Amino acid sequence: MALTRPRPVVAARPGTPSAHRRHKRVTPQQVILLVVRYLILLAGAIICIVPFFWMVSASFQHEGDIFSWPIQWIPRNPTLGNYRSFFGTGGHIGTWLANTTLVAVVTTVAQLFLDSLMAYAFAKRRFPGRKWIFGLFLATLLVPGQMTIIPNYLILKHIPFAGGNDALGQGGHGWLDSYAGLIVPAVVSAFGIFLIRQYMLSIPDELLDAARVEGASEFRIFWSIVMPLCKPVLAASAIFTFGYFWNDFYWPLIVMSSPEHYTLSLGLALFIGAHKTAWTLLMAGSVIATIPVLIVFLIFQRYFVSGIAMTGIK
Amino acid sequence: MSRSRSNRLRHQARREWSAYAFLSPGLILFTVFTLFALAFSFYLSFHSWSIIEPYKPFVGFQNYRDAFVDPDLGQAVINTAYFTVASIPLTMASGLLIALMLNARIWGRSIFRAIFYLPVITPIVVSSIVWKFIYSGDYGILNYYLERLRLIDQSINWLSDPNLAMPAVIIMAVWNNLGFAMVIYLAGLQSIPQHYYEAARVDGANSRQQLTRITIPLLAPSTLFLLVTSVIGSFQVFTQIFIMTNGGPIGRTNTIVYFIYQAAFQFFKMGYASALSVLLMLMLGVFTILQLRFYRTDTGGNG
Repeated sequence: MALTRPRPVVAARPGTPSAHRRHKRVTPQQVILLVVRYLILLAGAIICIVPFFWMVSASFQHEGDIFSWPIQWIPRNPTLGNYRSFFGTGGHIGTWLANTTLVAVVTTVAQLFLDSLMAYAFAKRRFPGRKWIFGLFLATLLVPGQMTIIPNYLILKHIPFAGGNDALGQGGHGWLDSYAGLIVPAVVSAFGIFLIRQYMLSIPDELLDAARVEGASEFRIFWSIVMPLCKPVLAASAIFTFGYFWNDFYWPLIVMSSPEHYTLSLGLALFIGAHKTAWTLLMAGSVIATIPVLIVFLIFQRYFVSGIAMTGIK
Repeated sequence: MSRSRSNRLRHQARREWSAYAFLSPGLILFTVFTLFALAFSFYLSFHSWSIIEPYKPFVGFQNYRDAFVDPDLGQAVINTAYFTVASIPLTMASGLLIALMLNARIWGRSIFRAIFYLPVITPIVVSSIVWKFIYSGDYGILNYYLERLRLIDQSINWLSDPNLAMPAVIIMAVWNNLGFAMVIYLAGLQSIPQHYYEAARVDGANSRQQLTRITIPLLAPSTLFLLVTSVIGSFQVFTQIFIMTNGGPIGRTNTIVYFIYQAAFQFFKMGYASALSVLLMLMLGVFTILQLRFYRTDTGGNG
């Protein structure tokens, strides 16, 4: 079968460094391939990074300068004014930053703790109804988050004795526009439970039985033996959960209504409507919103990739 | 004998009791905010339910019937399909291309990887704001460069042109998700044993054959995973729309989830919006079941 023109089989694939280091003859074809490869990568990388470059650049420019042509990639009259007015009077960004941190940290810690407790019960305990309850959790993985937004809005509005409500949940605004409303419905994640449980299954029962013989309470076993062993899965879940709640937009948009309660994403988004799109200010806010994520990403870069691999692809 | 047995049972009962104690805080929240909420959503979908109206009558399937004849919803479904069909293949193809190029040991590999992944980790609100500026009609940098390259001779209002708004949103989505596809494909590529390629080379397969006969077929699980998660994600696209176009111009970028948001929280038609959520859930059901399979097989094997 003459599928291809017979030709010498090249030992190294184009672009592998060994082809250069060993000073094997590099064919012109390989050089072109390498150049093309770098051109495509560079073009892609530039497209990916240009919006960020512009964001940073614009955040240091005066309002008038960002509209001037030719475009100033390096601000001619750099200013810190945008950052200053965001943190200064009238700006809420300090508050939004604090709110976002609070919400993301509290939700992540609470979620990891509650999910782990439940995962432990499902992985290491035998009790009537275990399969049934776990099955219920698994089944809700099928349901898109969109399904619960409207009912949960109404549930929050009618939480008894909260936000001016009476015992029947009437009269006030309940947990709407409150951190409780933002956090409480989000602290149990069926997927988190599932993930942590899978990890806990690998912890040998003998270890736990030994501790039981020593008279350790179940909570002690959970807290001092099982949790430390679960660090990798907890770290991965923490990164995902924190990132998710740091960026979340839809739920805060629906729950929160007073600007001093906004999270960063919500504040920035609604800033567009409230002011006559103050672009330079918005860019400064965007930089501020991105920096924490960027730091977390750089620190946990390895976990990010392996974490993604963990969620289902190997 | 029987005493020790009853002792053991009592002991066991105490331990079982503590298992429920471990479960209860989460279970209570789960019951209220997931199980009850789901049931409530179905209940709402059969009622004409407005926050402002005290009277909330049962209307049977009326909300569902309305949905099928609502022209604006029809437009939103078409828009969502357009977004999905255009953005996913583009994202996956470019993600695969980049992954293939970064899989070799080349200079600057980890820097490239980080750069391509940057848009994925950026808050979506931030990306949407920056792209809104890029697309801006009078002073956006896109128009600036297109004019300088003489590709256009008049500024284009990308996000307010009915024919260009959706393509603009799609391009931003591809930019946003390319890094994720790349990482998934990189993970997939790394799991392909090198000796397959060695054997193929011995048999005289050229690099294109290696790509089409080995790499792409063996990446099928990654491709399927990306396809399933991307479809689910596409059907729920919201933030970009909210910030960049508000569903406009003339409803041309209105997507299903944005439509549901408007129905529920701008027009306060909670019953109608719930019916739409139920329909969305049914649409996504198939894809979610597929996705679950991945969690079962792969993560299960991990544990």
